[in-house]
Amino acid sequence: MHDHDHHDHHHENDHAPVAKDEKIHSYYQILGLALKELLIEKGVITADEVRKAIEYRDSITPANGARMVVKAWTEPAYKVRLLADGVAASKELGLDPGALNLVVVENTPDIHNVIVCTLCSCYPRNILGLPPPWYKSREYRARVVREPRAVLAEFGTRLPETVEVRVHDSTADMRYLVLPMRPAGAENLDEATLAALVTRDCMIGVSLPQA
Amino acid sequence: MMGALSPGDRVRVRDDYPVGHIRTPVYVRGHEGIVARAFGKFRNPETLAIGRDGMPMKVLFEVRFRQKDLWPNYSGSDNDTLLIDLYEHWLVKV
Repeated sequence: MHDHDHHDHHHENDHAPVAKDEKIHSYYQILGLALKELLIEKGVITADEVRKAIEYRDSITPANGARMVVKAWTEPAYKVRLLADGVAASKELGLDPGALNLVVVENTPDIHNVIVCTLCSCYPRNILGLPPPWYKSREYRARVVREPRAVLAEFGTRLPETVEVRVHDSTADMRYLVLPMRPAGAENLDEATLAALVTRDCMIGVSLPQA
Repeated sequence: MMGALSPGDRVRVRDDYPVGHIRTPVYVRGHEGIVARAFGKFRNPETLAIGRDGMPMKVLFEVRFRQKDLWPNYSGSDNDTLLIDLYEHWLVKV
């Protein structure tokens, strides 16, 4: 591996060369890059606008969804509004759902909801940000619709047979977000502590908040 | 071509295999479920995908299936369900 003369020292990793950018661009990545460069070159958009759009996209995190969940846990009237109209309820918190059609589905002692898009990677991106890579994997998409309990168990979520596991395949215009149950032992926690319990995976429905 | 559907109606998904951009997964085609709710009208993604305007709009329904009806060897509970969003022209009332 090392055929140079630095045999004496013991910090070889510190001196590892910066990895070359060996990413192989697919046809569509090259097409996208070419389109972006042409639009910039022709003055239709600027590089700064592209950067700002990426920064905006990156600023959207699951913490947005967690705020909605915690408000639903702590304000019964908000929960009613959230389940009736997810878009309006997100705007109440100053969030920007954009063109999103948000449907919030509630976990209960009898029903556990889990979200997938078997056709592609539909996800409430305007609320939760970008989906995790596993959500887009063929394995998750194919398996969670036909053996959801096995997939949930791999996430550490085991549900009794008496609970109805309800898989939502978001194949069209609606985007889904799971309202998890407030965990036992979380009765006296403040809102910030509660929000930390509501992870992205809880709102996809593969996990449960743990106090 | 078919009467309006309402929540509670029993429907069968068309068992058709047209070419093009189809947002009705194969695993529900030919299966029977229950309309859970109507989401209103949306542009038809099948024609939007080929650069048309997606008109006329199609009513989008959420349809509930029993998992045991979809997968003969389903290993979970009898109560387990799958809900999926399907446009009206893929559904036939039974």
